[in-house]
Amino acid sequence: MGAALPETTPSRLFLSGNEAVALAVRDAGCRVAAAYPGTPSTEILEEVSRFPDLYTEWSVNEKVSLEVALGASMVGARAFCAMKHVGLNVAADALMTMTVTGTEGGLVIAVADDVGMSSSQNEQDSRFWARFAHLPMFEPADAQESYDMTRAAFALSERFRCPVLLRLTTRICHVKGRVLAGEREAHEPAGFVKDPQRWVMVPGNAKPRVALMYEREDALRAAAAESAFNPLVAGSDRSVGFVTSGPAYMHVRETFPDAPVLKLGQSWPLPLERVRELAASVDQLLVVEETEPLVENELRAAGIACAGKDVLPRVGELSPDRLRPAVARLRGETVAAEAQPTRLVPQQVFPRPPTMCVACPHLGIYYTLAQLRNLTISGDIGCYTLGAGQPWNALDTCISMGASMGVALGMDKGRGEADAKKSVVAVIGDSTFLHMGMQGLLDITWNRGNVTVLLLDNRAVGMTGGQDNPGTGRDIHGEEAPRIDFAKLCEALGVKKERIHVLDPYQLPVLFKALREEIKVPEPSVIITDRPCVLIGDYQPTQPYKVIDDKCTGCANCLDVGCPAIHVTRRGTELKPSGKEVELSFVRIETSACTGCGLCVQPCAPEAIVHAMPEHPVKFLHAKI
Amino acid sequence: MTITNIAVCGIGGQGVMTATEILAEAALSLGFDVKKTEVAGMSQRGGVVTSHLRFGPEVLSPQIMPGEADLLVGFEAAEALRWAHMLKPGGVALVNQGRLVPPVVNIGLYDYPDDPIAQMRKLGLAVFDFDASALAMQLGNIRLGNTVMLGAMSDRLPFPADVLRQAVLARFGARKPELLELNRQAFELGRAAVAEASPATV
Repeated sequence: MGAALPETTPSRLFLSGNEAVALAVRDAGCRVAAAYPGTPSTEILEEVSRFPDLYTEWSVNEKVSLEVALGASMVGARAFCAMKHVGLNVAADALMTMTVTGTEGGLVIAVADDVGMSSSQNEQDSRFWARFAHLPMFEPADAQESYDMTRAAFALSERFRCPVLLRLTTRICHVKGRVLAGEREAHEPAGFVKDPQRWVMVPGNAKPRVALMYEREDALRAAAAESAFNPLVAGSDRSVGFVTSGPAYMHVRETFPDAPVLKLGQSWPLPLERVRELAASVDQLLVVEETEPLVENELRAAGIACAGKDVLPRVGELSPDRLRPAVARLRGETVAAEAQPTRLVPQQVFPRPPTMCVACPHLGIYYTLAQLRNLTISGDIGCYTLGAGQPWNALDTCISMGASMGVALGMDKGRGEADAKKSVVAVIGDSTFLHMGMQGLLDITWNRGNVTVLLLDNRAVGMTGGQDNPGTGRDIHGEEAPRIDFAKLCEALGVKKERIHVLDPYQLPVLFKALREEIKVPEPSVIITDRPCVLIGDYQPTQPYKVIDDKCTGCANCLDVGCPAIHVTRRGTELKPSGKEVELSFVRIETSACTGCGLCVQPCAPEAIVHAMPEHPVKFLHAKI
Repeated sequence: MTITNIAVCGIGGQGVMTATEILAEAALSLGFDVKKTEVAGMSQRGGVVTSHLRFGPEVLSPQIMPGEADLLVGFEAAEALRWAHMLKPGGVALVNQGRLVPPVVNIGLYDYPDDPIAQMRKLGLAVFDFDASALAMQLGNIRLGNTVMLGAMSDRLPFPADVLRQAVLARFGARKPELLELNRQAFELGRAAVAEASPATV
């Protein structure tokens, strides 16, 4: 016998769900991938952009990213876009018509639901988009399935010539597990074929296609019934059978290893016959789904008896801990008090809400806003939403991307006597402004609103990790790109040139003066701040500061800045000549964290804050252990 | 063989996720199935970070349920107390004595616990505490605190300490070869700190 060839075993990778999707996008021969950053989906495009094999972009918003993907699909390329759950609300207009036109090159849309709301303004169940748009959906339960289903989604998209939704949740996106990748495939675009009856959606062309869409849905349902991604997992304990999908499947298997389970991986259109098969073999059926009772209601409508949200929680993530009592209730067992007798009681510890970073340029903005009286402050989505918190309490609303503009105008136009003496201010970041805010500003100028807009340009999509946008002068790869001029843009949107100011947010008196003047002017004005996010490369730390103990009077003015590098060393009280007792807080500055922005120096009356001159200027922005 | 559950906690920017990642790599190198999860949505802004690592022959759910952690690693004292109930009764906690006081405490809205480590011991937990920041500064670089914490864990795992040490050196050595020796020392300082600490419960 000759020498055996070395066995080539494909190496197992350790990937998050997001990383697995990204790898599958590359391996599937995808040509165009686009996204707008949003937790928990952001890392998908970041990872895809590291591959040299395909075109990737940060789009200005999710709707544009989906349109870019559709255009690529029209010319026959495989295309992909990713977004968080609320992003699909923005992209929905495009989605609801591309389901009618269908697609050519495989088109996969990853939508990541923030179940449990770790970093979102609401909790949505994106499975409804599949039902609403009559499109197929995959729901992976771990990183391996994220890879496999992304690959399968491209194939399914081409087989049925329609977009395919890939529904992820935080507990998929950010969970790492072992992944075995498949072979890469090449996919050459076939070329655009002019076909107005398919691509020009005027009523006459759309009507016949809507009928085709329903035919397609029937065929997709039949395909789901045959799909290996919808396995019926056998089990010996037939008291309760489970219908479940996504991460909830893992919790079910972990908690009830002997129960029969229908795992919905290719979950829409719902393979009802599979469910009936399971239902016939068990005493009771329980639907375990995050977060809405979508499958449950479908089963009930189809006459299949089941339990679901009547025993399971309606809000937030499911877990083995939340499943056990629900199933006990279903079985009619009294939920045993001894179920968790040996567990420790959670200890009460102060909350640790997210804070703005040391030296964040937004600190000066909110310090100033907190000093001004009679303001109504319409806020937006980004790091600066944190201005609603302590110690500033200087943000009154936060709804959706760009909403600060329209909400501010509505407050201005709708106000009565109660708000007559108040000024309306809108606060929005650079990327959010370009995403959805600028149309709102156009509405303000066109309709002669009286709103002062603070446009906080920190040259990054800060909250999601400092991604680039058209205002940064860089593309997704960090390469030089055309940079939008915010002052000119605002002028083009109708704001008078003399009402546009570009300011340094670290100069508190200048900022205060500009704001006080502009809120008095009864027309739209825009104050643009121009210092970078402290977490991106553009930020230049300078000499840190320290507090001279003997000079600190405990006035605590510096604490109003809200910088996490300022710490209280002791508290005290002082009796004023007026007889009033005043609380004192003496402070120190964590010099290793301070980067010398100088904001706290400005309100310090006794001039107790001076440069520390350390031996090694420290560049790290976060407290380290 | 059963599943090993390790919960690591701290605040954004401390390196909790990186430490857990390295621990995962060590477990993977032995052929275990491994899952690692964290919820850290806004943690970059100084919020709470917890990372769960589960490994064994086959891991299904990635989450550790309260009362099921074999080991709790606290990068910050009050955070260790916050997550103490994740431990099995009588479980082992390795806790950095360092305190990171948030603005809500500084402005007087809440109090920092007087002695979070003593409070954990009162719950009947075996707590090994040490000053990871001071140990890192002995080597001249506060960023080595992360490796000190990993060294502290290394004798409390169901595999030899050397497996974790190799994973640590592979990670940090690959990026900056000059840091290899410093990380080796930091790892041993963490290991020694736990060996010397008394876990005595109150």
